[in-house]
Amino acid sequence: MIEQNLSLLLVVIPLLAAPVTAMLPAGRLPWLLTLIVSWTCLVIAGWQLSVVIDGSVISYELGGWAPPWGIEYRIDAMNAFVALILSGIAAITLPYALRTVEKDIPRHQTSLFYAVFLLCLVGLLGIAQTGDVFNLFVFLEISSLSSYVLIAMGEQRRALTSAFQYLIMGTIGATFLLIGIGLVYAETGTLNMVDLNLRLQPILDHRTVHTGFAFIVVGIALKLALFPLHLWLPNAYKYAPSVVSVFLAATATKVAVYIMLRMVFGVFSNDFVRITPTDQMFLLLGIFGVILASVTAIYQTDVKRLLAYSSVAQVSYMVLGMGLASVLGITATLVHVFNHALIKGALFMACGALVYRVGSSQFENLNGLGRQMPWTFSAIFIAGLSLIGIPGTAGFISKWYFMLAALEQQSWLIALVILLGSLLAVVYMWKIVEVMFLRPASDNVASVKEAPVSLLIPMWVLVIANIYFGFYTELTVNVADSAARLLGVAAYHE
Amino acid sequence: MWMIDLPPFVPFFIAALLALITRGRVRNLIVLATPVLGGLYLWLDVTPGIVTTIPVLEYELILMRADRLSLLFGYLFHIAAFIIAIFALHVRDTTQSVSSLLYAGSALGAVFAGDLITLFIFWELLAISSVFLIWARRTERAIRSGMRYLIIQVSSGMLLLAGAMVQYYQTGSLEFDFIGLEGISGWLIFLAFGIKCAFPLLHNWLTDAYPEATPTGAVFLSAFTTKVAVYALARGFPGTELLIYIGAVMTCFPIFYAVIENDLRRVLAYSLINQLGFMVCGIGIGTALALNGTVAHAFSHVLYKALLFMSMGAVLYRAGTIKSSDLGGLYKSMPKTALLCIIGACSISAFPLFSGFVSKSMILAAMIQEGYDYLWLVLLFASAGVFHHAGIKIPYFAFFANDSGIRTREAPVNMLIAMSIAAILCVFIGTQPQYLYALLPWEVEYWPYETTHVLSQFQLLFFAALAFVWLNKLGIYPREMPAVNLDADWLYRKLLPDTTRSVYGFLKQTGHRIEDTFDSTLKDAAKSMISTRLGRFNLAASWPTGSMAFWLAVILGLFLLADAMN
Repeated sequence: MIEQNLSLLLVVIPLLAAPVTAMLPAGRLPWLLTLIVSWTCLVIAGWQLSVVIDGSVISYELGGWAPPWGIEYRIDAMNAFVALILSGIAAITLPYALRTVEKDIPRHQTSLFYAVFLLCLVGLLGIAQTGDVFNLFVFLEISSLSSYVLIAMGEQRRALTSAFQYLIMGTIGATFLLIGIGLVYAETGTLNMVDLNLRLQPILDHRTVHTGFAFIVVGIALKLALFPLHLWLPNAYKYAPSVVSVFLAATATKVAVYIMLRMVFGVFSNDFVRITPTDQMFLLLGIFGVILASVTAIYQTDVKRLLAYSSVAQVSYMVLGMGLASVLGITATLVHVFNHALIKGALFMACGALVYRVGSSQFENLNGLGRQMPWTFSAIFIAGLSLIGIPGTAGFISKWYFMLAALEQQSWLIALVILLGSLLAVVYMWKIVEVMFLRPASDNVASVKEAPVSLLIPMWVLVIANIYFGFYTELTVNVADSAARLLGVAAYHE
Repeated sequence: MWMIDLPPFVPFFIAALLALITRGRVRNLIVLATPVLGGLYLWLDVTPGIVTTIPVLEYELILMRADRLSLLFGYLFHIAAFIIAIFALHVRDTTQSVSSLLYAGSALGAVFAGDLITLFIFWELLAISSVFLIWARRTERAIRSGMRYLIIQVSSGMLLLAGAMVQYYQTGSLEFDFIGLEGISGWLIFLAFGIKCAFPLLHNWLTDAYPEATPTGAVFLSAFTTKVAVYALARGFPGTELLIYIGAVMTCFPIFYAVIENDLRRVLAYSLINQLGFMVCGIGIGTALALNGTVAHAFSHVLYKALLFMSMGAVLYRAGTIKSSDLGGLYKSMPKTALLCIIGACSISAFPLFSGFVSKSMILAAMIQEGYDYLWLVLLFASAGVFHHAGIKIPYFAFFANDSGIRTREAPVNMLIAMSIAAILCVFIGTQPQYLYALLPWEVEYWPYETTHVLSQFQLLFFAALAFVWLNKLGIYPREMPAVNLDADWLYRKLLPDTTRSVYGFLKQTGHRIEDTFDSTLKDAAKSMISTRLGRFNLAASWPTGSMAFWLAVILGLFLLADAMN
């Protein structure tokens, strides 16, 4: 019985905790409550995954209304996997948050900050849990609105413009999604994902369905920062408070990838992808995204922006995986969702540690800092290796599956792009190493100390996870594989 | 003795970790003990046929596959690591200690790798760990040169990975055995090996980076990377005829560059390629005698090349320069180093009674046996050339020639010990080759000391020496000039940047012109859209919100259009 309720608890606990946090006195108390809530969520998410990992499905009817009329929370391996990533990242980010938030956020706003943080988590977890497309839109808006607020809390005034830009773009994207959902609803009269999938199959050639699909895909593509709709992302990540950069970089685009997979393959189906130019579009934009975003990253002079462009490139890999539209491709995408969360989480945490000590992430202020902050630097180095895809790191497992998926279909071009992307990643990660390690230290760095332990521990947990999941792939690969199969994607045939 | 079937790279990696946290004597002890203990373990406990695997994903990675070929390279690398560790004992630099241990361990990992993925992992580790031996010099030149080195090495690894994956898809096996030049996978892997083995036109990383490494780093570099490549070629492509021609070219072309080169360590780098050429020829011939010759030559080569690099390292360490135009007359202050250097020079020139003679002659004999007469002559010419640039030029310009007036002290004791060990081994192998022959992977009857062979070798060396003296007296021999010589790396160090610059300049100009044209002609609403969105197309800039919405509409429109046309 309790297992039935797990899916709801995962959303309800943080949702109820959010207003409580907002009412707590400023200081460390709100942080503590958020910490407890996020760790509880992690436990529940782990439990939930252990229930559905064998391929079973948890279905929860909200308010006792049976689907397809009521809202259904439908948990299969993919939902549980994404929920685990989200709550895991939240749980690991919060110990990191304590010190950085004290520095970044005025004290009287801390309770509000954590309340909004929890709301953002609610939104993201809700997206992962729900089996209802309109409910998904609602949760998407919850997470988006709260992330606008979180970004706007950044120290510099440009955080406001960045948040505003993101708000405009995010709202347009969400509106597109809503228009799409509306059109599909008009055709089928249902909002439940499973039901939609059934009812859509006979009418896949209807013009309205196609138009609705286009709106949905483009709307999600914006959230996903699909090239060239990524323009909001670099500034949003750069000007956000450090902990928000960490959390959003590791989760926000990944959830959008999940929505894309769920809508395109789960709701519309693989057959639909084949009769529309979706896969070609994914491949085309993915190729451009990997190369151009990586090249752009090379020309950045700010670590945060560099990492942001690298995120766009990495998301483009996932889009390539979707474009291949095979079990292996989707598996690679899901594996990379997990691994990239680990990589970017660690990198943005290290970057936040630099900002914490130096007050800037501009290259010119970081000269020779590697010797002053050896632990932070080593974390960047190892996570960078993982980003590049060196064997023995989690990143390699992703790249390996992307390569397998590409070679399976004899797409030499895609294979080449994947390799080229890795080489470009070497170059841009190298720039950070060069600045921090090979350049002579400038004056402002001489007295800088290593980051506090409360920042280093979460960072290194992620770094070690990067290595751990480079060797032990049962969790990532098996879950991703069974999730891809449950999604109804067929294996590739000639 | 220890845990059964421990892959030989493990002790080195553990030692690297320990070297990171220890200092001073303890670290020296670790650095010296690792190759000794590892070598003993390999010698006593590991017999051909042992295989160690670990499961990763759905594959079984073969971490250790011991047969006579990999074991011989294993012994060699342990000896080399030990000698060079002694040579580097005075270095107080954590970066170098750690990376040299990692580097030696990766080389061992690579030669014991039984499948292509394991090979790829160590292939890349070799690149990453060794580049720090170059960067440790901490000069701007070294950093740039190290970067070029790293990019080329990592690309080689990428080619190897690509080849491995293609092979996996075609045959379902990742096993690293005979590969051959059939199909795209064979060529990709061949190219990957070729880069690391410094095939002509792919060799520039070597002559570019090795001379920029630290005095001790260069010795490490000379011992491992290319020998791993030779091993890989001997394993994957024995008997590939193309290799004979590639090898012949490799033996000849570096001679000319070596003769005009001023940096003596770069001269050694060129002569390294020349020596690799002999080995590549041997692999190309592919008979048991030729392969044995290749392996034996790799063995003696590592020792005498290390000896030469060590002596030049000692000169650089004491005199502070390695330009032959600035050196000369050093025998007065460094007589022992000079003597040891001459022993190395005799070995590389294949004087009878020195190690080069007993191994190189196997390859030459195999060549005659298989009927490659003309190529045999080419290799003979190359042998004379080796004597010229490495055998005479190196000791002559460093220790004799015109006295440069540099007065310094003899090399430190640890360097002298390391060089002496290498020199003793060179002479030992040269005089008692049966011990080395007994270790060779294939059973072959061969004995180098026949009267005609010894006599002809002496004739060759004598006339080569005569030519040097004569040319030097007449003043035809190229004078030592302080200059940087570029060969094929001119392509990417000069041509590529220049072309990029001019193309970029051209694009920029055209871009401005187009913008101007637009500005002057389209003065209506279209102009404002183009100047904000396309005319100043700059990926890295922060974009106005309008542009983002514009792209959103473009994507939606294009998608619907493409969908409608489907």
